[in-house]
Amino acid sequence: MTGAVDPFVLNLTVFVLAIFVGYHVVWNVTPALHTPLMAVTNAVSGIIIVGAMLASSPEKMDMGSVIGLVAVALAAINVFGGFLVTQRMLAMFKKKDK
Amino acid sequence: MSANSVSLAYLVAAVLFILTLKGLSSPISSRRGNMFGMMGMTIAVLTTLSLTHNVALILLAIAVGGTIGAVIARRIEMTAMPELVAAMHSLVGLAAVLVAMAAFNNPVAYGIALPGEALHSSNRIELFIGTFVGAITFTGSIIAFGKLSGKLSGKPLRFAGQHWLNLLLGIAMLGFGVAFFMSPSWTPFLIMTAIALVLGVLLIMPIGGADMPVVVSMLNSYSGWAAAGIGFTLNNNMLIIAGSLVGSSGAILSYIMCRAMNRAFFNVILGGFGGEASAEAAGDGVQKTYRSGSADDAAFLMGNADSVIIVPGYGLAVARAQHAINEMSNALTEKGVKVRYAIHPVAGRMPGHMNVLLAEAEVPYEQVVEMDEINNEFSDTDVVLVIGANDVVNPAAKNDKSSPIYGMPILDAYKARTVLVVKRSMATGYAGLDNDLFYMDKTMMIFGDAKKVVEDIIKAID
Repeated sequence: MTGAVDPFVLNLTVFVLAIFVGYHVVWNVTPALHTPLMAVTNAVSGIIIVGAMLASSPEKMDMGSVIGLVAVALAAINVFGGFLVTQRMLAMFKKKDK
Repeated sequence: MSANSVSLAYLVAAVLFILTLKGLSSPISSRRGNMFGMMGMTIAVLTTLSLTHNVALILLAIAVGGTIGAVIARRIEMTAMPELVAAMHSLVGLAAVLVAMAAFNNPVAYGIALPGEALHSSNRIELFIGTFVGAITFTGSIIAFGKLSGKLSGKPLRFAGQHWLNLLLGIAMLGFGVAFFMSPSWTPFLIMTAIALVLGVLLIMPIGGADMPVVVSMLNSYSGWAAAGIGFTLNNNMLIIAGSLVGSSGAILSYIMCRAMNRAFFNVILGGFGGEASAEAAGDGVQKTYRSGSADDAAFLMGNADSVIIVPGYGLAVARAQHAINEMSNALTEKGVKVRYAIHPVAGRMPGHMNVLLAEAEVPYEQVVEMDEINNEFSDTDVVLVIGANDVVNPAAKNDKSSPIYGMPILDAYKARTVLVVKRSMATGYAGLDNDLFYMDKTMMIFGDAKKVVEDIIKAID
């Protein structure tokens, strides 16, 4: 074995392990919170904002950076909307007041 | 920031996202979990910001999107959560397509090609996958949004040769993907994206309203895979990890929803149900008799019971009776009656929807019990109040092999000593089936609008 590992293989390693983590963590989510789970995963998939930010910032502005900025704004809707609506929902789950 | 510190910051953010999902194992830890999620996202965004040149413009874009998101999050009604979630999936899909286009436009800026070189061949495949998953998620979610919000008909739209058309389009899309792999240029890229956009529409149109919980979960999963696909293209672990977490979460929810409806995943995807099965099943021609009663009767029965289980369905939310039902159960609790709510996994329009609707009405969550936990207790229960639900309490799912819903897990309401059913009329539910529960000797039907009936019951209890 010689030479560096292809980045694809490293990516695949991370990908497969992350799926396993996700699988085990999500089965432990109580069914009562499945709607907040969806809302919060919406916010988490807003992580595409990271890719969009990178896209919008080459040294020179070009078509790609305009597209990237649009994508940043779209992903930001998800990030803010997702986390805030989850917070709002979770605040509703109360115990009986004594 | 050096590449190493960027990667380490992303690792911290990834761990925080995992803790976010872990927090959802109980309502108490979930609020802290959500905070972790916000922290993780802040770290990821700030780290990335340090790598960019257009800080001001990016912050402006975040401010615009963030304001829109915050306003929607504040205003949205809980009954409209499925629509909101579908709309948000479509945004992720579109953003993924846009990022893929930007990456293809200027691969050098992403460090995935050297100046003057074309995109690496392995990156081409990843770009192709990320783009088509994103495009299908985008248009598919728009259709799902339309169906959920009532802007499009919830009826499955089918035509002859549909599956063949989809197959043909799928093959054509792959063909252009191969062409793109051979010679990366805009023409095959754009054609393949356009085909994927059309496929997204065609795949969701034939799926009926009753199957929407599965579709929303499935698109949730797709939106994660799209983000992960883009992460592969950009060699960005942050995107890969977060995308995979979302992808597996959506996949598990789809599985849970399919199991709760006793539907094979592929049958749902291929469309149908909720449209045509009804005609023959709607009755055997024999006029069956049922007993109907008034709100006063219901108040008397429940007021004198030791234990009451309420089975809420989506009809409860349609009638906006959640607050009234909470008042009613408080009134009963004061009289010493033990009140609980039994939740079927598909009681609402998306996984866990009914729990949120009850929580909004300030029903304490200890009173709200999932199907598997409460099913054994129906036989020891004096009164079951079924309100706005139908198919999920249909005993045919257990004892009628010819029924289309045979095998679907149900709430065993029929085992209780007395069953009260609040309904507008004797009309059938989503599945278009008659329900033997309504004709049992121990069942009393109370006809009327759910909210009105519950309010009358409250008056009668006092």
